[in-house]
Amino acid sequence: MRVRVPTPLQSYTGEAEVFVAVPVLAPELPPTMGGVLAALDGSYPGMRFRMIDEQGRVRPHIKLFIDQALTRDLRTPIPSGATVMIVAALSGG
Amino acid sequence: MPRTKKPARPVTAKRVRLLLATRKGLWTLTSDLARSAWKLAGPQFLGHVVHHAVADPRDARTMLAAARTGHLGPTVFRSLDAGKTWKEAAKPPGFAEGSGRVVDHTFWLTPGHPSEPGTWYAGTSPQGLFRSVDGGTTWEGVAGFNQHPKRKAWCGGDQDGTPDGAKLHSILVDPRDPKHLYISMSSGGTFESTDAGADWRPLNAGVRADFQPDPNLEFGHDPHCVRFAAGHPDRLYQQNHCGIFRIDRPNDRWQEIGDTMPKSVGYVGFPMVVHPRDPETLWVFPMDGTSVWPRTSPGGRPGVYRSRDGGRSWKRQDQGLPKAQAWWTVKRQAMTADARDPAGLYFGTTSGEVWGSRDEGRTFRCLARHLPHIYAVEPG
Repeated sequence: MRVRVPTPLQSYTGEAEVFVAVPVLAPELPPTMGGVLAALDGSYPGMRFRMIDEQGRVRPHIKLFIDQALTRDLRTPIPSGATVMIVAALSGG
Repeated sequence: MPRTKKPARPVTAKRVRLLLATRKGLWTLTSDLARSAWKLAGPQFLGHVVHHAVADPRDARTMLAAARTGHLGPTVFRSLDAGKTWKEAAKPPGFAEGSGRVVDHTFWLTPGHPSEPGTWYAGTSPQGLFRSVDGGTTWEGVAGFNQHPKRKAWCGGDQDGTPDGAKLHSILVDPRDPKHLYISMSSGGTFESTDAGADWRPLNAGVRADFQPDPNLEFGHDPHCVRFAAGHPDRLYQQNHCGIFRIDRPNDRWQEIGDTMPKSVGYVGFPMVVHPRDPETLWVFPMDGTSVWPRTSPGGRPGVYRSRDGGRSWKRQDQGLPKAQAWWTVKRQAMTADARDPAGLYFGTTSGEVWGSRDEGRTFRCLARHLPHIYAVEPG
């Protein structure tokens, strides 16, 4: 899975774009956004908690896109070939 | 009051170092033992809000730093080589899943008792208490407080409280007993546990709460900073929203000691520092807490106030500080002392300056300027 990473999180990945392997449990169960974030955390420990709080909610200044579509639901399935883009919304000084 | 020779903080052999936690990262200031030539180094974590950075006095190499950025969730970084390199906690402080509560930032870090070398405590905003037993790698909530049936009554809702969120701070571990703990909260007051945090009780009698309908509440107070007297953990000093107080245990009632401060200056402030050896000596840094709470030095004339008699009287110390038009103030973690003799006194300002005295506050000089807003100054 191709994931585009914003600058505030590149201290984890070292790259603006990474590829992560997301386990597929069954052919009829496509990977989800939650699965992608778990895979990212497996490769880059600590990264998920900076985006997702302890109640499983996306933090206020983080936006998650599947191709062009915004989602805040970690259960959202990700079609084959899609790109996940993480955006850290700039705010304040 | 007996005076002890035992230093309250570690003395490094060759240098004095300060950890400067700021709104934009972590810096250090280092000098030789004469404390005459200071060298600024950093930043580390540039762009992170570093609320607190603390060195472990038990091993002189471990450091923890509580950080977050505007975009990302809060975390804790850990160094095992005195700040040269850092690694993120595998499990930072976070409330229990299903509790509905979310840590906005870790605000306070306290090393545990010397008999528990891997133990650290953390206080958060919203107010929560966390403990690590592996040197800061993984953190668990202290259920005896975070899930106490009276916690919400003691603290109010997470949206109540001070600007930037109510904070749990001033975590004190009795040097005689690792199970004897004190915590203080900007929205709740001071609490005591004698069973390592399994249960808690309020300890606020005698502390005024002028902002409440009932000024004699059991809880609901706003302590800004609470410290043990040097070498005498039965005495605690408290800088509060409504005054300066002292308690001598086992007495359960605080005694007001801020009413002898000059009326033109007042008794409001955030930081409080105790002398490293003399339990009768402490310093506060007053700020303007009148009207809408400007949170500046009163009249734009900053000054430290020192008591050498346990708070019965106060003396202004401002030699070397700006005489006028200096509108900064000092946050609750941003003032500290070293363990040298005479003790050094240091504070960082909201305008990014670090001021220091190597003669217990008699004279000050500026050690660094042009830094970001300083949140904490600790010996390193």
